[in-house]
Amino acid sequence: MAIEQEQLAKQKFEKKQSNEIIMQANQIKKYFPIKGGIFKHTVGHIKAVDDISLSIIKGETLGLVGESGSGKSTLGRVLLRLLEPTEGEVLFEGTDISHLNNRKLRKYRKDMQIVFQDPFASLNSKMSVGELIEEPLLVQTSATKSERKQKSIELLEKVGLRANDRAKYPHEFSGGQRQRISIARALALNPKFIICDEPVSALDVSIQAQVLNLMADLQEEFNLTYLFIAHDLSVVKHISDRVAVMYLGRIAELAPKKLLYSNPLHPYTKALLSSVPSTNVREKREKIKLSGDLPSPANPPSGCAFRTRCPMVHDRCGTERPELNEVENGHYVACHLFD
Amino acid sequence: MHTNLESSLPTGPENAPIDQQYQHKTPFQLAYQRFLKNKLAVVSVFVLLAIVIVCISAPLLTSQDPIETDVFNIEKSPTDEHILGTNGQGQDNFARLLYGGRISLIVGFSAMFFTLVIGVLLGSIAGYYGGKVDSIIMRGADIMLMLPFLVLVLTIMAVIDKVTIGLFVTIIALTSWPNLTRIIRATYLSLREQEFVLGARAIGASDVRIIFKHFIPNAIGPIIVNATLMMATYIIVESGLSFIGFGIPQPTPTWGNMISEAQNIRILRDHPEAWIPPGLAILITVLSINFIGDGLRDAFNPKSNRR
Repeated sequence: MAIEQEQLAKQKFEKKQSNEIIMQANQIKKYFPIKGGIFKHTVGHIKAVDDISLSIIKGETLGLVGESGSGKSTLGRVLLRLLEPTEGEVLFEGTDISHLNNRKLRKYRKDMQIVFQDPFASLNSKMSVGELIEEPLLVQTSATKSERKQKSIELLEKVGLRANDRAKYPHEFSGGQRQRISIARALALNPKFIICDEPVSALDVSIQAQVLNLMADLQEEFNLTYLFIAHDLSVVKHISDRVAVMYLGRIAELAPKKLLYSNPLHPYTKALLSSVPSTNVREKREKIKLSGDLPSPANPPSGCAFRTRCPMVHDRCGTERPELNEVENGHYVACHLFD
Repeated sequence: MHTNLESSLPTGPENAPIDQQYQHKTPFQLAYQRFLKNKLAVVSVFVLLAIVIVCISAPLLTSQDPIETDVFNIEKSPTDEHILGTNGQGQDNFARLLYGGRISLIVGFSAMFFTLVIGVLLGSIAGYYGGKVDSIIMRGADIMLMLPFLVLVLTIMAVIDKVTIGLFVTIIALTSWPNLTRIIRATYLSLREQEFVLGARAIGASDVRIIFKHFIPNAIGPIIVNATLMMATYIIVESGLSFIGFGIPQPTPTWGNMISEAQNIRILRDHPEAWIPPGLAILITVLSINFIGDGLRDAFNPKSNRR
C-alpha cells in the first residue's frame, strides 16, 4: 500500500517534471492610456504589465502574488486575451493566440478558462445555475439539450452541489457555493488551463480551505494547469508548485514554492514573507517593514521598480533595469544583488 | 399520498424528478411579487385593462358610426340615441370616444414599440462596442435632442399633406429615440465592466449572444420602466398635436381630435359632455400608465427608496 502510494506520488512528480509548456508569455506589455486635456488625447500610460515573460508548465499550479495594483489580474486577462496586449505575444500550446481574430480564438477559448474573484459579480444573476453551467456547452459544442443537462448535473455533483440546484438562481447561494458554480462553469468544456483570479479572497477563511481543496482535487482529476492569482501568501503556499512575485507590473522573483519560501532572494519577497504572521510563538523573526506606498504605475521609478522602497538599494538600481535571471536551478530573480 | 410525500423528499441527486418539484423563484418572479405589493400600480393595471377592453369592444357598446356625419343632428345634447350628443359634423361623440381610444392607445403603444426597437438597437451598439461607433451614435442623439421636438414635428407634419397613423407613429419614433438610447447606453457602460460579461467572453460567446443573453436581461428594468412612461408621453403628444391640428387628421377620431373640436366658447360652455369625457379618458389612461411605470421601477429596483 505504502509502496503504491509512493509510486503514485513519483508518477505525479514525473508528470509535473515533464516540462511541457502549456502557456508561454513573451515580453508581454499592457499599457492603459490615460486620457486628458480638452480633446481627450493620450497624456500618459498606466504600465499595468511591463515586459513580463513567463512559462507555465503543463499540470503545475503557478502562484502569482503581488500587492493590489501590481498587475496580477491584468496579466491573467491578457493571457486569456480578455484584454489585448500592447506588445508581446502569448503562446498557448505553441500557437500564438495574441494575434488571432475572434473567430479563430473561439476554438482556443475551450481550453482555457477563468474563475473570477467576486462570486457576486461573476455570475449573471438573471440566469439559473443550469443555464450558467450549460452556457459554455451551448456556445462551444453541439451537445443536445439533454446532454447538456446531464453534463451540468455531473459538474454540479463534482463541485459538491446537488443536481436540483440547477433550477436555482445565484441569489439563492452563499459566496462559497457561488464560487463552486463558477468552478463548475469553468470546467464545463474540459479545459486544460484555468486562471484563478483570486478565487478565494472574497470568502471566509473556513470556506477558503474547502474551495482550495476542491480545486486541488479537480486539478488532479482533470489534469488541469492553474495560474493561481492571489495576494495572500499562505493561500498560494497551500496550492502552488511554483510561485511568481509581481511588483509594479514586473516579476520580481520566480521560484519553486519550497525554494521561494525557504530562501527568498529578492528584498521585496523577503519583506512580503516576513509579514506573514507566524503560528509559532517562540520563533523569532525579524520583520522587514517597507516604507512608502506602491509607486504609481503611470510613472514607475527608473531602473528597478522597487528601488524607492528597497532597504538594499545602491547606485546601479536607479540607472539599470534588472533582468529576471536564473540564479540557481529554477530560481529566477530580478535584482542587481544577484547579477 | 404516501408516495407523493416520499418523492418530494430530497433523497439524493439521482432522484431525477426532484428539480421539477421544487419551485424556485426567478428574478422576474421576485420582481412580480414586489409589483403586486404596490396597490396603486395593481389598481392602475386593472383600470388600464378596463379602458383597453372598452375600446376594443366599441362595436358592442354602441351602434353609432364614429365617422358618419349627420347634418341634421349637429351639436345635439345627449339623447338616448346619442349618449354624449353629437359634434359639429353631427358625428356621435360616444362612438368617437370609444373608437378614438383605440387610435390613441394604438398610437401610444406602437410609437413606444418603435422607439424601443430603435433605442435598444442603437443603445446596445453604442454601449457594447464603444469607441467610434459610440461617438457617432451619441453625436446623432445629441443633434436630435438639440432640435426642439415640437417645432421639428410641426415642420414635418406641415410638409406632409396626408398624415396617416403609420406615418405619425414613424415621425414620433424617429424624433424621440435619443432619450432611450442614452439610458440603455449608460446601463450597458456599467454592465460592460462586470465580471460576468468577461466570463461570457472567456467562454467564447458571440457579441450577439452577450447582448441578448447578458446585457438586455440585466437592463430590462430601466428598459421596461422607460417604455411604459414613454407610452404615456406619446398619448399626450398625440392629443396635444391633434389639439392644435397637427396630429391625426379628421375625420379619424382620437381623444385629441375630440378635445380640439371643443376649441369654441359655445361648445365649452354649453356642451361639457362633448369634451370632458375624452379629457378624463386621457387623464385616467396616462395616470394609470404612469403609476404602473412607477410600480415597475420599484419592482425591478428594490433598493430604490419608496417615499
